[in-house]
Amino acid sequence: MSLDVAIERQQGAFTLECAFTAPAGITALFGVSGAGKTTVLKAIAGLVTPDSGHIRLGERTLFDAGAKINAPIHTRRIGYVFQDARLFPHLTVAGNLRYGARKSADVSAGDVETMAEFLGLHDKLRRKPSGLSGGEAQRVAIGRALMSKPSLLLMDEPLSGLDENRRTEVLGLIERLQEQTGVPILYVSHAKDEVVRLAETVVVLANGRVQQEGRPDLLLEPSSAGATSHLPARLVAKNASDGLSELSVPGGRLLVPQVDAPLGAQMSVGIASRDVIIARERPSGLSALNILPAVVAAIEEDAGDAGPSVRLVLMVGDAQIEATITRRSRQLLELAPGQSVYAIIKAVALGQTSGAVATVEI
Amino acid sequence: MAQWLTTQIGWLAEPEWQAVLLSLRVAFWAVLFSLPLGVLTAFALARWRFPGHGLVNALVHLPLVLPPVVTGYLLLLAFGTQGPIGRPLDELFGFRFAFEWTGAALACAIMGFPLMVRAMRLAFEMVDPRLEEAAATLGSRPFVVWLTVTLPLALPGIIAGLVLAFAKAMGEFGATITFVSNIPGRTQTIPSAIYAFLQVPGGEQSALRLILVSVAISVSAVLAAEILERRARRAGGLRR
Repeated sequence: MSLDVAIERQQGAFTLECAFTAPAGITALFGVSGAGKTTVLKAIAGLVTPDSGHIRLGERTLFDAGAKINAPIHTRRIGYVFQDARLFPHLTVAGNLRYGARKSADVSAGDVETMAEFLGLHDKLRRKPSGLSGGEAQRVAIGRALMSKPSLLLMDEPLSGLDENRRTEVLGLIERLQEQTGVPILYVSHAKDEVVRLAETVVVLANGRVQQEGRPDLLLEPSSAGATSHLPARLVAKNASDGLSELSVPGGRLLVPQVDAPLGAQMSVGIASRDVIIARERPSGLSALNILPAVVAAIEEDAGDAGPSVRLVLMVGDAQIEATITRRSRQLLELAPGQSVYAIIKAVALGQTSGAVATVEI
Repeated sequence: MAQWLTTQIGWLAEPEWQAVLLSLRVAFWAVLFSLPLGVLTAFALARWRFPGHGLVNALVHLPLVLPPVVTGYLLLLAFGTQGPIGRPLDELFGFRFAFEWTGAALACAIMGFPLMVRAMRLAFEMVDPRLEEAAATLGSRPFVVWLTVTLPLALPGIIAGLVLAFAKAMGEFGATITFVSNIPGRTQTIPSAIYAFLQVPGGEQSALRLILVSVAISVSAVLAAEILERRARRAGGLRR
C-alpha cells in the first residue's frame, strides 16, 4: 500500500507545496520545526484541507481538489499518534484502547489485553492517563491508534518530550509494531538518529517544499564540523575465531566486533568525521583494520577561516562520508577535489534495525 | 434539634406544604425543559461562529440584567391569554401559562437560563478540541465524538449549570409573581408564600418555617452538586 501525496496549502505567509510518495514500511518526513511536516500529516488525516492537489492511499482517494473529493476524517482509517499523545482523560488506559476499537464491533476484552501486553502496559490498564508517565502515555496513544486497525499510521514526533530511556523504549515499540503488523508508517521527526534508525525512506521538507526524497543516508551529508556520516551496511560474515563481524558497505567492507544479528541483517554505520584519517597511499604497518578507498568530492573551509580544521567530503562507493582534518594536514597531503585517497576509520557507531546504537572502536 | 424546632415553630401547615411542593415541581420542570436548550445554546456559543452570535449571547443574558418585574411583565404580554403566543396556545391546545404553575415554571426557566448557559459554556470552552480531533481519527462521527468525548469532559460544568438553574428556580420571585400572581395552591411558590405571610399579622411563624425549608433545600442542592461535580471531575481525569 503506497501513499501518494501532492498538495498545496496557503497558511498566512507560509506556503506548503509538497509532493511525495511513500512506499510500504516506515517513511520519515524530516525537517526542522516549521517546515510543514505536521501540516502534511494533518492534511493526510483530514484535519486540515489543502487548497489543491490530491492524497491517495493505495486504491483509495482521500482528497482530490479537482474531483471535489474530501473524505471525512472518521472514514479515512488513518491512525494518528500525536506529539502530545492526546489520551482521553476521562477514560482509563483500557478505555482509551477500547475507544480505538469502537468501529470494530467484535473487539473483546482479550484484544485489549493482548495490546496492553504488546505495549508493556499490562498492569496499567485501570489507570487514568493522568497517572501515566510520558513514555507510557505515548505507548497507549500508539496502541489506541493501532486498535482502530488503520491502513496507515501517522506519527508526529512521538519521541519528543521523552527522556533518553523512554525514547529507546518507544523506538523499540515502533520497530516491533512495524514488523508485526506491517502497517505503513509515516513518521515525522527532526532528529536524524531516529530517522536513520527507523526509516526505509526519507522525505526531506524545508519551507513547505520537498527538498529531497530517498534512502535515509541522504540525510547524512556534510553539514557541520564534527558531523556523523552514516553508511548503509549489511552483515555478511561472522568470524568466530577472532570475534569480528564483517559488514558490507558502499566502497568496501568494515570489520567490527561480533554483531549480535543474523547474517544479511541491514544496519546503518555511523562514522564521526573526527574518526576518519586520510592517507594518500594505502597505508601499511598500521593497526587500523578498516581502510576504505575514497575520492575527495569537496573540501570545505570553515566560515570565517577561524578554526584549524577543514572538512572533507569523501565518496566511498556511491555513498558519502565526511572527514575533519587539520588545515596543516590538508596542505601537507596536498589534497584537492577529485583526488583518490584512503579513509582510515577509527571507530563506528552501529545501528541495527532492532537494537541499540553502540559505538565501537576498532 | 428537630424536636426543639418543631416545638418552637411547629411543623409545616397545609398551605406551606403546598408552596414547598409547588416550588419543587416548578423548579424540576423548569430545569428539565431548559436543559437540552441550555446545553445546545452553551455549545453553540462556545464553539460555533455564526452571524448573530453576539445577539444570541445578549438575548440569553437579558433576564440577568433586566429587572425581574420587567421580564415577568414581558412574559405576561407575550404569553397572556390575549398575547401573541399565549392566545394561539390557548385556542389551539387549551394550554395556558398565565396564572398557572406552568407559567411559574416558564418564568423560572427563563430567569435561570443565563446562569445555566454561562456555566455550561465555560465547560465546553474548557474541552480541548484536540481530543475531539483524536476521536475523529479513530473513526468516530462528529456526533459520536460529541457524545463520547465533548459531553463527558464538560459534565462537571453541566452539573454546575443545572444546580445554579435549580437554585434560581427555587428562589425566583419578581418575574413569577408578576407573570402568574400569587395564588395559594396554584402559583404560590416558596418565595411568594414567604412574601404573602409577611404581609399579614401573625404570619411570621409560617414565613420562618418556609425560610428554613428554603435554606435546607438550597444547601442540600449545593452539596449534592458539589459531590456530583467532584465525582464527574474525578471521572474526567485531571483538568488542565
